[in-house]
Amino acid sequence: MAEAKEPNPEFTRKVVEGGGKTVNLCFQCGTCTGSCPSGRQTAFRVRKVVRRAQLGFEEDVLPSEDLWLCTTCYTCYERCPRGVEIVDIIMALRNMAVRKGYMAEPHRKVAELISKTGHLVTLREEDKALRTKLGLQGTPPTVFSDPKAQEEVKKIAALCGFDKLVASGGKA
Amino acid sequence: MGKYAFFLGCIMPLRYPGIESATREVFKSLGIDLVDMQGASCCPAPGVMRSFDQTYWMAIAARNLAIAEKMGVDGVLTICNGCFDTLFEVAHKLNHDPELRKKINKILKDASGMEYNGTVQVRHFVELLYREVGVEAIKAKVKGGKNLRAAVHYGCHFLKPSNIKKIDDSERPHIFDDLVEASGMTSVPYKDKGMCCGAGGGVRARTPDVALKMTEENLKNMTDAGVDVIVDCCPFCHLQYDAGQAQLKNYKIPVLHLSQLMVLAFGLDKDKTGFESHQVKVNL
Repeated sequence: MAEAKEPNPEFTRKVVEGGGKTVNLCFQCGTCTGSCPSGRQTAFRVRKVVRRAQLGFEEDVLPSEDLWLCTTCYTCYERCPRGVEIVDIIMALRNMAVRKGYMAEPHRKVAELISKTGHLVTLREEDKALRTKLGLQGTPPTVFSDPKAQEEVKKIAALCGFDKLVASGGKA
Repeated sequence: MGKYAFFLGCIMPLRYPGIESATREVFKSLGIDLVDMQGASCCPAPGVMRSFDQTYWMAIAARNLAIAEKMGVDGVLTICNGCFDTLFEVAHKLNHDPELRKKINKILKDASGMEYNGTVQVRHFVELLYREVGVEAIKAKVKGGKNLRAAVHYGCHFLKPSNIKKIDDSERPHIFDDLVEASGMTSVPYKDKGMCCGAGGGVRARTPDVALKMTEENLKNMTDAGVDVIVDCCPFCHLQYDAGQAQLKNYKIPVLHLSQLMVLAFGLDKDKTGFESHQVKVNL
């Protein structure tokens, strides 16, 4: 006979503290899963993620690939008859997953780029050329053309421990 | 007609600078001043960056908001759903939670000497054009352009979460369609209009094949409705549709940001659209 898992309210409390304060309102109707554009293409089921968060099944939810298939489109959030702020729950779970070291390499690279440069996208020579041709400043008037601003952005990353988090691929 | 801090973000200035030059042209022609935000950074992106560390996400966003606050403008203008969502949501959180604001401001002050005071309004250009300029004034500007069948793509983070944004009905919105129609095109209904392009939430970066499947479903629905162009209001959706079609190979629907459409419709300098950086050719 299969053994029932024990709920872990301690983990659920952490989800609530991380921003998922409506997690316990869910009554598992599945409107979220039925509305999910990602779930149409994959086996991702939002309802299950919320259930696992409710029961505190940390080991089922944090390492799960499913957690990263949500595009944060908010369709489920808008349609939920119980007002469960599902995207906020997913964000709380993802933040915890990253701290446990579950950070995919493409994500780590994107995070490293912003942590070091202040932008998610690089400035290539061809971008400068097209910008100039369009009558724009070759280097945009952002952190890219302001060394002091660059330092400020890096300092925020350091103060939040984000630089270390990114360097270690989570866990920091 | 007002003065706004122009928030550039990442994808527009660095991958589709034509959207930036088009936006500057359109706003100039409407008599609205856009002022550069010196030293602004990535918003940071609400799906991917917020997923990693919400404190860092809020601190960087608060810095961008603080820069705009110091400029003495009527608001900060975004032309991207992602930038709009981050700046709007973080401002909302900090305005309603004094403890959180204190915590984020401490980081911001230590790093830059600045603080966020909660005095700047975050605006999305579609909402601003609809509310401040109005459909009739847009119609009056239209001199050229073509009456094509347009698939209007709202994207996700312009209207949602609607409980805090309060701009339009998130299930059956109309304001973006109204602006596209005012610009001389016909907004065509299509199946599952309002569905995500697939790129958000870090899905494009981590599982691009899954993102592309969502894009393809949208493209199929648009094709079934017989559209000539896709009109978006977000450079990230724009990228997903443009680069996505190049990958899928069997779709060639030109992708226009509303600013680019308005340059054509208002009879402004066509060279400012920067269509040459698009992967799907735009011959309009």
